[in-house]
Amino acid sequence: MTSELDIFVGNTTLIDEDVYRLWLDGYSVSDAVALRVRSGILEQTGATAAVLQSDTMDHYRTFHMLERLLHAPPKLLHQLIYQIPPSRQALLIERYYTFDEAFVREVLGKKLSKGTKKDLDDISTKTGITLKSCRRQFDNFKRVFKVVEEMRGSLVDNIQQHFLLSDRLARDYAAIVFFANNRFETGKKKLQYLSFGDFAFCAELMIQHWTLGAVDSQVDDMDVDLDKEFLQDLKELKVLVADKDLLDLHKSLVCTALRGKLGVFSEMEANFKNLSRGLVNVAAKLTHNKDVRDLFVDLVEKFVEPCRSDHWPLGDVRLFLNQYSASVHSLDGFRFQALWDRYMGTLRGCLLRLYHE
Amino acid sequence: MPGKLKVKIVAGRHLPVMDRASDLTDAFVEVKFGNTTFKTDVYHKSLNPQWNSEWFKFEVDDEDLQDEPLQITVLDHDTYSANDAIGKVYIDIDPLLYSEAATVISGWFPIYDTIHGIRGEINVVVKVDLFNDLNRFRQSSCGVKFFCTTSIPKCYRAVIIHGFVEELVVNEDPEYQWIDRIRTPRASNEARQRLISLMSGELQRKIGLKVLEMRGNAVVGYLQCFDLEGESGLVVRAIGTACTLDKLSSPAAFLPACNSPSKEMKESPLVHPPSHGCRSTHNSPIHTATGSRLTQNFSVSVPTLIYTGMGSGSAGKEGGPFKGLLRQQTQSALEQREFPFFTLTAFPPGFLVHVGGVVSARSVKLLDRIHNPDEPETRDAWWAEIRQEIKSHAKALGCHAVVGYSESTSICEEVCILSASGTAAVLNPRFLQDGTVEGCLEQRLEENLPAGCGFCHIPYDELNMPFPAHLTYCYNCRKQKVPDVLFTTIDLPMDATVIGKGCLIQARLCRLKKKAQAEANATAISNLLPFMEYEVHTQLMNKLKLKGMNALFGLRIQISVGENMLMGLASATGVYLAALPTPGGIQIAGKTPNDGSYEQHISHMQKKINDTIAKNKELYEINPPEISEELIGSPIPEPRQRSRLLRSQSESSDEVMELDLSHGKKDAFVLEIDDTDAMEDVHSLLTDVPPPSGFYSCNTEIMPGINNWTSEIQMFTSVRVIRLSSLNLTNQALNKNFNDLCENLLKSLYFKLRSMIPCCLCHVNFTVSLPEDELIQVTVTAVAITFDKNQALQTTKTHVEKSLQRASTDNEELLQFPLELCSDSLPPHPFPPVKEHLESASSNSGIPAAQRATSVDYSSFADRCSSWIELIKLKAQTIRRGSIKTTVTVEKASPMGEGNFRNRAGPSCANSTVGVVKMTPLSFIPGAKITKYLGIINMFFIRETTSLREEGGVSGFLHAFIAEVFAMVRAHVAALGGNAVVSYIMKQCVFMENPNKNQAQCLINVSGDAVVFVRESESEVVPTQHPTANCQPACPGGEVTT
Repeated sequence: MTSELDIFVGNTTLIDEDVYRLWLDGYSVSDAVALRVRSGILEQTGATAAVLQSDTMDHYRTFHMLERLLHAPPKLLHQLIYQIPPSRQALLIERYYTFDEAFVREVLGKKLSKGTKKDLDDISTKTGITLKSCRRQFDNFKRVFKVVEEMRGSLVDNIQQHFLLSDRLARDYAAIVFFANNRFETGKKKLQYLSFGDFAFCAELMIQHWTLGAVDSQVDDMDVDLDKEFLQDLKELKVLVADKDLLDLHKSLVCTALRGKLGVFSEMEANFKNLSRGLVNVAAKLTHNKDVRDLFVDLVEKFVEPCRSDHWPLGDVRLFLNQYSASVHSLDGFRFQALWDRYMGTLRGCLLRLYHE
Repeated sequence: MPGKLKVKIVAGRHLPVMDRASDLTDAFVEVKFGNTTFKTDVYHKSLNPQWNSEWFKFEVDDEDLQDEPLQITVLDHDTYSANDAIGKVYIDIDPLLYSEAATVISGWFPIYDTIHGIRGEINVVVKVDLFNDLNRFRQSSCGVKFFCTTSIPKCYRAVIIHGFVEELVVNEDPEYQWIDRIRTPRASNEARQRLISLMSGELQRKIGLKVLEMRGNAVVGYLQCFDLEGESGLVVRAIGTACTLDKLSSPAAFLPACNSPSKEMKESPLVHPPSHGCRSTHNSPIHTATGSRLTQNFSVSVPTLIYTGMGSGSAGKEGGPFKGLLRQQTQSALEQREFPFFTLTAFPPGFLVHVGGVVSARSVKLLDRIHNPDEPETRDAWWAEIRQEIKSHAKALGCHAVVGYSESTSICEEVCILSASGTAAVLNPRFLQDGTVEGCLEQRLEENLPAGCGFCHIPYDELNMPFPAHLTYCYNCRKQKVPDVLFTTIDLPMDATVIGKGCLIQARLCRLKKKAQAEANATAISNLLPFMEYEVHTQLMNKLKLKGMNALFGLRIQISVGENMLMGLASATGVYLAALPTPGGIQIAGKTPNDGSYEQHISHMQKKINDTIAKNKELYEINPPEISEELIGSPIPEPRQRSRLLRSQSESSDEVMELDLSHGKKDAFVLEIDDTDAMEDVHSLLTDVPPPSGFYSCNTEIMPGINNWTSEIQMFTSVRVIRLSSLNLTNQALNKNFNDLCENLLKSLYFKLRSMIPCCLCHVNFTVSLPEDELIQVTVTAVAITFDKNQALQTTKTHVEKSLQRASTDNEELLQFPLELCSDSLPPHPFPPVKEHLESASSNSGIPAAQRATSVDYSSFADRCSSWIELIKLKAQTIRRGSIKTTVTVEKASPMGEGNFRNRAGPSCANSTVGVVKMTPLSFIPGAKITKYLGIINMFFIRETTSLREEGGVSGFLHAFIAEVFAMVRAHVAALGGNAVVSYIMKQCVFMENPNKNQAQCLINVSGDAVVFVRESESEVVPTQHPTANCQPACPGGEVTT
């Protein structure tokens, strides 16, 4: 006796959250059944393995049929074929687009192209996430990217509107899209200590202040592309380190203000010029795409690492950065105050996040 | 009565990409009715075209309106080649033809293609203007309402129940016409779909005509089936019960009527226990007649004639009604009266007087080509023959009518088994004539009578029993005789006193048969049938005893024929009726008493059986009060000859029965295990696993013993096909396979629905078919309903009351319960303001007076306190729903575009019910009140694929198709303005596959009643909702959909 056909169709589509998770995690039906058996479900319900097998198959089939709709979530809401309560629809969508931290760190800032897709095998081996799940996550990134890439309006809003994600998840996707578009390098060894959350935080700040959308909300690509003009202008900041008088004045202003307040005052004083040069040079280099990509590497190399090697506490870093940016306002010979604020305001936030004690 | 049909094509969405180059589609629509076709403009390059067409008007006569479906075809325009079809929508406009149903059909319909499935949706608006016409010789029957529901629909009152109507139409099956060789599968499928749609329309019209002839205005319990006879043609047949229904629209009409019942009581002799002693009931479960190769059956009585004869005591008093009967009889065509059958399974209180037992008839026929489709005499004659037989069987049981009547067929190649079955019964004639029925009133009177045991009393003469039975005095009233077990095909009468809960009982059976041709095959089958009936019956009896119960309701025995086997599947709901005697145990007897180890084995088995019975009694809470034997009087000393009678047909020995007798214990049921077969039987008895705790199941409308349903329901269909492996199958192996199949299926259902516990699977409907040599297909449709465990242990008394209330078509009697409930939860809100709100709400709403009256009625009675909030909420929802007719899901979906999403995703999904269409095989929706019937849904779909593997194999293919069928049903209901389908049934699911060719085909036929329901108050809502908050938005312009 072999089962040829075995289906269950409810007027309301049944969604089993546990099975959904297994499916999303890319387990085959037999693996999923084994995992469910291990969870003790048979003992709880008195079911048999055959029942479990049939149930799992059935759910997998349903998910497979729903997947096409999940690729364009508004379709899931409008379609008539599966009657699913709104709360369940939301759950389906949210879970489908949720990604693994380990996975996103591998592809963050990479071009979402076919070439990268080939690397998924390696990522799967490295992270222990099934290839199937890697594919889904990668395809999600790519799909969201394609849809919102050229759109006007707020990136987060666009994502939310077209993919019906929760606010938090939409913000994460905004960061992913932003990183993919600007191809920021995140994979270098010295960046490994940073979490996706760190990058996402920086991405949000940069989207808010450094993109075209920060100036003009009516342009295309407003939130995904950095404001080129702004980056060009950043060269002007070079004067802060190139002009020796200005640099000395800046240093003395900062040192005066922070004397006695900083545990690492002497280290700061000794390193001031290096740090300042580092931060300003990063700004001045951002005209080249290549250097934009290396932004995070540079920030870590030029600022985070020197401070860390001197064991600066985070509070001191904050005090220093606040004073460092604020003092510029007192430099009479410096004309680019607004530009400096736009640059440093964001950078300060990023650096504080990137600095792990 | 000609009419004007108006159709407007508004828009499309989610169309498939038809032009690969542009990834877009140039869509236009053809609207066809009869022979007239209109076209919209081509809407270029869009997957979401906005045609916004003019009104296309078809001037047609009403005969066509009834017969023809509206056919909407969406095509992709192609300048150079032929236009490609995207898909079609068939819309049955019948619901627009009766005044009380829908007035407009408007909404998104899935565009369906028989090869690709659903491909996008189209928004259509359809209206009909009918012109009155007094032509007496008309061929149409517009205005006759059809209901699938097998009881009097909830917002109607039965004035007269006229009786049986049937009709069939035949045609050639397009699939077998010569042209099919040259046309595409799509064209052939569409021809079939269209033909069946046409035939259904015609059939309905013809039945309607018969109803009009009988002076009725509605058909209740309408069951339409089609038989795919292959080469010999296509038969669409239908049966139903003609009634005259009155809409319960206002309390005014209702209240005065309340005054009369006592008077009526006096006139109606049948409500009183008959004075002349007992009529016999006949428990005999199944009465089989052998005879010709065609048959075994049972039948029922002609009501009119018999009533006079039978109501011996009553005839005199009944002069008036009797005259009425005569008059009616002369008025209506005689053939209509020929069969006193009723397709109803639940009745107005007082309608059912006595129940005799199940009567059934089967007949094996050889199909031959239908030569003249216009004169389907052969098929008619076949059914007439079977019905005659049923009728005579019922007569033999002392009954004049058959209730819970149904007919079915099973076809394999050129052999066809026709089956009919029902429950022989004695009815109260008052319902069958003019003006004397006040259905909903009587129950109150009946409460004064000893609680419902009357229907259990035997209708036949004790001294002249049609078969030997074991009678005792009724355990309830002690006056009348009752049988020891009672089998019926109807639902449990509402007033029946039941002890404990019920459960689903199934008998499953396979019999191998030699492959044969034509006559030989038919003979072989008809020879096997009696044995199968007998065994099915024995199994049912054993299982019933094992559960410690004494009656079966909703019995449905299906016998399916395949190339090399026959399968029997009987499902019923077992209960313990308080009026019937406690069932005896099951006694096992061995044949060779000398063998010690054998004895030991026997006693071991016996112990197991006894344990199981004890366990079941506990499980189903069966603890009848102890009654001493003397009180009851000695049973009529007529032991088990019935069984012997039946047995004698089988080869198995008569000694069994001797043993039985010699065992002496008069109410023990003896099983002899003298061969492996019997051993199997005993084993299989013990292997039936009870549902996991928290689950109950039954195949009737409601579960006896559970009355506190909560509102969550989940209707589902599950299909399994197994392939039998070996070539040399034995009957035992087959039985085991089949048994496992059914048991595993049930287990899977319990597992899948575990999140609903505590819940009950109601109306569990199994269908078996044998699509190919080694394939067995089982299809199950049922609904899982949650209930409140805390109240689950309420006494049967409450149960009776509650169900009475539910049955009563108005709220009046709901008064006490909800009041108590809500006065606790809502003390600060006294009545007067509430009422004011309601009334202002309804008067503001500008709805027609009659409808408003209903809402006032609703508010002014009963549970106003707890329900008003709900009502207001509903109004609010109705307002939101206002546009559902056109944009159900859009509305539901649109808020998600913006930031609302998070709210929706959160725990509060307040408006999640908007746009949801519930489906249920039951005639009611728990916790809700049906306010309007919108018309019958009767849909037929074919789906075919030539890329089976790509669509996920057979499971993927069928899963998607069934989901699509549900979607199309829901879309049609929503377009009619409804929010639920009740009495939903999947009548056919014919699945054929050819994996080698990567092909499969499936035909599905579903039907049900589209309704509008409103939630009754839910006590749990009351505390959380602040009334004023709800009231404000609801009052302005609230529209109550009544």
